[in-house]
Amino acid sequence: MNDKRYVSRSTAIAARVLGDEMMVMSATTSTLFTLDEVATVIWEAADGATPLDEIVTNKVCAQFDITPEVALKDAEVLVEQLAEHGLLLLSDQPILQSSASPKVNL
Amino acid sequence: MSVLGLEMVAKALKLSIPLTVQLDLTYRCNERCVHCYLDHDNHGEMTTAEIKDLLDQMADAGVFYLTVSGGEIMMRRDFFEILEYARKRTFCIKLKTNGILIRKQEADRIKELGVESVQVSIYSHIPEVHDAITKLPGSLVDSIEAIRRLRSHGIQVIMANVLMVQNASDYQGVKALAEELGARFIMDPTVTPMMDGDRSILGLNVDEAALREVFRNEGLVGSVEEFCAPPQGPDEDALDMLPCSAGHTACYVSPYGDVYPCVQFPLPCGNVRRTKFADIWRDSPELKEVRGITLRDMPSCSQCTHGATCTRCPGLAFLEGNMRGPSTQDCEKSFARTGIPSENLKKKKASPGAIQSSQLVQIQGLQTAVMNFSPASAENESVNA
Repeated sequence: MNDKRYVSRSTAIAARVLGDEMMVMSATTSTLFTLDEVATVIWEAADGATPLDEIVTNKVCAQFDITPEVALKDAEVLVEQLAEHGLLLLSDQPILQSSASPKVNL
Repeated sequence: MSVLGLEMVAKALKLSIPLTVQLDLTYRCNERCVHCYLDHDNHGEMTTAEIKDLLDQMADAGVFYLTVSGGEIMMRRDFFEILEYARKRTFCIKLKTNGILIRKQEADRIKELGVESVQVSIYSHIPEVHDAITKLPGSLVDSIEAIRRLRSHGIQVIMANVLMVQNASDYQGVKALAEELGARFIMDPTVTPMMDGDRSILGLNVDEAALREVFRNEGLVGSVEEFCAPPQGPDEDALDMLPCSAGHTACYVSPYGDVYPCVQFPLPCGNVRRTKFADIWRDSPELKEVRGITLRDMPSCSQCTHGATCTRCPGLAFLEGNMRGPSTQDCEKSFARTGIPSENLKKKKASPGAIQSSQLVQIQGLQTAVMNFSPASAENESVNA
């Protein structure tokens, strides 16, 4: 059984780096969010193909002074919240991105 | 706007980021609205490739809110290719359209591409009145059908009503129609001069009595007491206020690649076919001049009791001949709202001759700029190319 979680940026979002913050808006609700540095790293790495635990290990723990266990726990909460607002898609299978999927270089 | 949205604008202002851009894809249109400020001929629209490159440049420059407008945007055969590209570059996309060409397939695609909102102009709830303004028989029925389709997809729709003599008594009916369709209603009580400076269409503006009535409609303005309160005059802080976002956090790009401070402010600042968007935004002398103007620099408005509360449009002031001067149409709105004449209106009343001179039009090289553009190349995917 695959217990990996995959995350993918939603196609219905607007996002831009503004200074030192990532601004993200859900097009369906027009609600604006700011992501901090750690959340931005996870969001940018959410390509639908890389499991969340790998994103945490290879991206978050590589850039921030945090243990993988703590980082993964926080990341799980974060992606649930982002998914609730329609900013991320979550799945236990890799998520195929459409041609209109947002580019990483925002 | 939310608190976070306001913070975002403040941050963009501080960092000199063009947060908001209106990009007109074409001036061609399938309607011929009597009050339209545009020339509908194609003088050489940007190609698909040019627009995609511009979208890349704008995303890199920090543009977040992208309003895609025209003309009628769907007159371009490459419209959805452009929209898909804009989606990839993660703009917050707003569309302005008359909706006539939005059938089920188009509504599906707009939904799929995560468009934030679609604004549709509805001039009257009465077909004969609306169609007489658009000069397209059946246009109200088609536009309403498009709104229903978009709403059935859960897409936010804004119904925009321009107040003019032909439809002065219809805005309540349009507002009720918006409520019925689940759309947001907005109204603009100002018909503006054409982009080439032609002021002949200003005769379509409603008179002061009609404006007064609109400004005292609680359903439109909220608290009438607050909205129509006598002005207090600008204090020291207000004198340092910026007129509006034009040129500060917002700008406009025409179908020919011209950059202006705003769609309503036809001061050419550069062309993206010759200069990178970011370079125009950062270095244009015209944009720098616009950015340098505060209320303190406006000889008439800084002395006016309406100075701090007026809706003065710097673009309309520019079209009257002086971007540091008053915009008479906004003076008239301030008067209709409060019953107190602006400094500009008092001067005009005292010296009727001044009216003639202040109504001279100032267009800086717009025609020259348009005519210098390259003709549409073979790459241009637009309908009439």
